[in-house]
Amino acid sequence: MHSVEIKDLDLSFGAVKVLQGLNLDIHDGEFLVLLGASGCGKSTLLNCIAGLLEATDGQIFIKNENVTWKEPSERGIGMVFQSYALYPQMTVEGNLSFGLKNARVPKDEIARRVARAAEILRIEPLLKRKPGALSGGQRQRVAIGRALVRDVDVFLFDEPLSNLDAKLRTDLRVEIKRLHQQLGNTIIYVTHDQVEAMTLADRIAIMKGGAIQQLASPSEIYNRPRNKYVADFIGSPAMNFFEGVLDGGTFRVGDLSFSTEGYEFEKAPSGPAFMGIRPEHVATGDSATAQPIQLESTVELVEPMGSDTLVWATVAGERFRIRVDGQTEIRARDPIRIGFSAAQASFFDAASELRM
Amino acid sequence: MADTTVSLAMEGPRGPKPRRRLSPRNIMLYGTLIVVALYYALPLYVMIVTSLKGMPEIRLGNVFAPPVEITFEPWVKAWSEACTGINCEGLSRGFWNSIQILVPSVFLSIAIASVNGYALANWRFKGSEVFFTILIFGAFIPYQVMIYPIVIILREMGDGISAVTGTEFRLMGSIWGLVLVHTVFGMPILTLLFRNYFTSVPEELFKAARVDGAGFWGIYFRIMLPMSLPIFVVAMILQVTGIWNDFLFGVIYTKPETYPMTVQLNNIVNSVQGVKEYNVNMAATLLTGLVPLVIYFVSGKLFVRGIAAGAVKG
Amino acid sequence: MTLADNAAQSRANEHQTKRPSRLFKNMTAKVASIPMVLTALVVFVGCTAWTITYSFTNSRLLPRLEFVGWDQYDRLWSTRRWLISIENLAIFGICSLILSFVIGFTLAALLDRKIRGEAVFRTIFLYPFALSFIVTGLVWQWILNPDFGIQQVVRDWGWESFVFDPLNNADIVIFGILIAGIWQGSGFIMVIMLAGLRGIDEDIWKAARVDGIPTWKTYVLVIIPMMRPVFVTALVIITSGIIKVYDLVVAQTSGGPGIASEVPAKYVIEKMFQSQNLAQGFAASTMMLLSVLVVLIPWAYLEFGGKKRG
Repeated sequence: MHSVEIKDLDLSFGAVKVLQGLNLDIHDGEFLVLLGASGCGKSTLLNCIAGLLEATDGQIFIKNENVTWKEPSERGIGMVFQSYALYPQMTVEGNLSFGLKNARVPKDEIARRVARAAEILRIEPLLKRKPGALSGGQRQRVAIGRALVRDVDVFLFDEPLSNLDAKLRTDLRVEIKRLHQQLGNTIIYVTHDQVEAMTLADRIAIMKGGAIQQLASPSEIYNRPRNKYVADFIGSPAMNFFEGVLDGGTFRVGDLSFSTEGYEFEKAPSGPAFMGIRPEHVATGDSATAQPIQLESTVELVEPMGSDTLVWATVAGERFRIRVDGQTEIRARDPIRIGFSAAQASFFDAASELRM
Repeated sequence: MADTTVSLAMEGPRGPKPRRRLSPRNIMLYGTLIVVALYYALPLYVMIVTSLKGMPEIRLGNVFAPPVEITFEPWVKAWSEACTGINCEGLSRGFWNSIQILVPSVFLSIAIASVNGYALANWRFKGSEVFFTILIFGAFIPYQVMIYPIVIILREMGDGISAVTGTEFRLMGSIWGLVLVHTVFGMPILTLLFRNYFTSVPEELFKAARVDGAGFWGIYFRIMLPMSLPIFVVAMILQVTGIWNDFLFGVIYTKPETYPMTVQLNNIVNSVQGVKEYNVNMAATLLTGLVPLVIYFVSGKLFVRGIAAGAVKG
Repeated sequence: MTLADNAAQSRANEHQTKRPSRLFKNMTAKVASIPMVLTALVVFVGCTAWTITYSFTNSRLLPRLEFVGWDQYDRLWSTRRWLISIENLAIFGICSLILSFVIGFTLAALLDRKIRGEAVFRTIFLYPFALSFIVTGLVWQWILNPDFGIQQVVRDWGWESFVFDPLNNADIVIFGILIAGIWQGSGFIMVIMLAGLRGIDEDIWKAARVDGIPTWKTYVLVIIPMMRPVFVTALVIITSGIIKVYDLVVAQTSGGPGIASEVPAKYVIEKMFQSQNLAQGFAASTMMLLSVLVVLIPWAYLEFGGKKRG
């Protein structure tokens, strides 16, 4: 069952094409995250789904109904904004009921829905207050409540946590996930924060230049990125890349050559390619000796972060990041033994940058 | 070694740096400001003292001398008896004319310009920016260029309305014609003011209201208007002082019976008939300046915000 | 998938007829903008074009479309009164630009030195701007009155031969008007400059202090160049205001003594409404428009040229 379907969607502002031939199917009850750097078109896509921007071409279906030309309020969506967008001169209750009043919902029905939303979000004591008297977290709850009272199947979240501080962001993230489990609505969630995306999503759509680069589950995106952009974008610290040549069972980069044993190629392994290995998949010291690929290098810089430590070294003339346990004793200029396996690596064609 | 460093630290400067209140710099600074402030305050002072003196005292003394014998007679005369050469009704008639012009002009111009600004900020359509640009450039066109064709337009519109309603109605020479002119010429600056303000309202608020099913007027009256009261006050201050102080439009688009206060004032003071009564003239001048002055002193920062609106880009 | 596609296609077709027309999109906004569109097109564009057109006719009491070429302009530029008006405007304009900028900026800079009573000073400097030009003109007419005003005050102090009677001396009457004009307008410049100064990042001042640059040097080398856009905008606003100057002269001197303090705006009004020489008034007002454009076009080019405005 499709909840939201987007077909060949184009959107351009004058000569600038923001979205191009975009297709997306979202299942009923799915939590879909649109992830990408700023300017990738993710918010634009969300605004198109909401009807706040008009598509240049293509169609949008919500609950199997073509809503391409419908007003935002007629689409059966609720939306939560980054800046909360609460009406400053109305009380919390007024904010929650404004949409229902516009839709001429009967008074007792409005009261019932507001009470229910307030209970779910635990904002009952705040109903008579104005947004100015609320904290950031409370405001965002009210903003979610405004979507909730609409009794719709699809919620659109536009970077809802970006204006909150780190601690609150983590708390509300969990709360949004719990809310999704409780209500079972479809959620389309835009963010540039990969942690939010990984933790919340059933599927993530990574966008770049107005097109979806990969649409898959978080683990699939992390472990089997479709192309080099996705591989580079997901994961922090970012993946290490070598540029070299694939030749049968080996990958040659400069004087070094790595065995590709254990990697399942989708295409014939030959020609120029990138090899990518995540910093957390690199072993050091004694455990490195158990890995099929082993190297010697020198530590250049150490960034301790408490739970783990990021080590910078140089391998084959490239900066190389290694993530080690926070308790490891390691200092700059120490010699270091590195080991990793092709089974955990990713290979991308040098020309198309697609996964091999 | 350790001992000497400790004692040095004890002896050196410690705590806040001593400051002389009467430093040469401060004397220069405040001296300049006070002298300049006197120059600016002087005319107001002169107006007040002159208006409180009797004519004999004026002839004997100078403009800066404070009144020996305070009299309010010049004020009474200025208000109800002073002559313009056409009539001797004083300023009161001009005052009431100005009020009758002011109220509808302020209301109409703000109503129209706020809706314009709102449409330009939130509901752009093809060409809306072009019209806005023309409007802003129009603010720089000398009024003299447009004044005569507007006379014709007002005359024709008045005739048109008369023909449609079947009653005699004139726009040219009437208060309503002047109201229309003030609305038109107030539009550029007010539209700019409101457009910039509404543009600064987070766009997401507007989007949220649309998702909530509010339309053009719904969002204007229920969301934008209640949250923009300060800018409406700024616009009101701008318009009240601007329209009250207008002379050119008043002189051209009204008749002697409907002359606003500034025109009446000029006619009284610069009337060539009779003996010059300087105290009455100054009382009349002060009376005319009173309305904008009161607004200015009461509104403070909002007035500044209004006049800076045209200069600070948005 | 193909089935779903077909289904979607047919659903789309059902709605095809409902596509709202481009013209009616945003209809309410368009209707609400009618006053603005009418003002822009009919008054600002239409009336200006009308006046320019009729300035090439020989209209006198009533507008008539009998074209006479550049006759009105030839006549205009050979009229002594117009030439005096232009000369007065030039002197008044240049002097008041320079003086009001110097005074306005100096006052703003002084007020920006974190002084006590800033609000009081600002209120005093700006109140003249709230007054009508008529009020300003009449007050200064009184203060400059030779028998009771400044001249008499100084003579009473003992300087018997002191002469300061600008309003009755054709050679310097324009400076009498200038004093009043500066008094009224420089507070406005001060406010704009103060807004500009306040808009400058505090860190700039801190950096200059750490670098040991004297205050006056910071103003000249750092602050004023940073405030260039503010200066330019103020210049445009003031200039277009100066060209319109009318009420002040009417109130203070009525153009006298003789025609010594005439200005173009006054010439236009009198030609149109008193001398029944409409086309001459149109020609003169077109010249006023032209002089505004001389300032406005380079500014608009600098401001909006090249980049598109959002």
